[in-house]
Amino acid sequence: MPVNLDTYLGVHAAALKVRSQRTEVLAANLANADTPNYRARDIDFKSALAAASGDKAGGVHLATTSAGHIGAANVNGTSAPELKYRVPLAPSLDGNTVDTQLEQAAFAENSVRYQATLTFLNAKFRGLLTAITGQ
Amino acid sequence: MSSFKIFEVAGSGMSAQSVRLNTTASNLANADSVSGDPNQVYKARHPLFEAVRAGLGANAATSGVSVKGIVENQAAPAARYEPGNPLADANGYVYAPNVNTVEEMVDMISASRSYQNNVEVMNTAKEMMLATLRLGQ
Repeated sequence: MPVNLDTYLGVHAAALKVRSQRTEVLAANLANADTPNYRARDIDFKSALAAASGDKAGGVHLATTSAGHIGAANVNGTSAPELKYRVPLAPSLDGNTVDTQLEQAAFAENSVRYQATLTFLNAKFRGLLTAITGQ
Repeated sequence: MSSFKIFEVAGSGMSAQSVRLNTTASNLANADSVSGDPNQVYKARHPLFEAVRAGLGANAATSGVSVKGIVENQAAPAARYEPGNPLADANGYVYAPNVNTVEEMVDMISASRSYQNNVEVMNTAKEMMLATLRLGQ
């Protein structure tokens, strides 16, 4: 039975990518905590993961109404997830919507979940190695 | 790999905050640099931050920070009557810089906390990348 590495790793490979992109966005928010008129952004993990793992339910797609139509996988054409702006709880006078505490919490949460995904992947690889070596 | 942009973004944040710390140090150091000419006296300086796109292409979702420029506070300097001061003008006045030391101290704390934030982000990103490199071992 041939093993397809993509299907073997399941959702975790795509999840790791989205987590890493989210880290980047949250890092940008924290770096711009004092920049006037900067709007904090974030990735909606659920829809980003659905789009990354090729789920039709997530993301924007072209409607195919005839058998001859070619449906585009994703109108954005890129693997970059859609970024959304955070709704500020208490916006500051300079137009900055970064809430440092909130961003720090999100960053910590994201990094722990990244490690969790890594643990899942590690277990998968270890299982594969056990199967290969047969020990 | 896109994670390398985190270092770029956090690094730009650290460099911007260190410029802010530098101006604060300059303002605090010159808080008592009086002058006999109101046009020559030291004026408090503050950096202007601006968000810049990090990298190019479709993945340019993240923004780093750049210092757009340093602006001088245009508030009038405080005039003090000190006829004994060798720097005093013809009427016996010296002009003190428009540096608000309390404001500067608060700015300093804010800058140092923001700097620490960026350092933490960088450390976490580094650990995450190292853990990814150890994958499967």
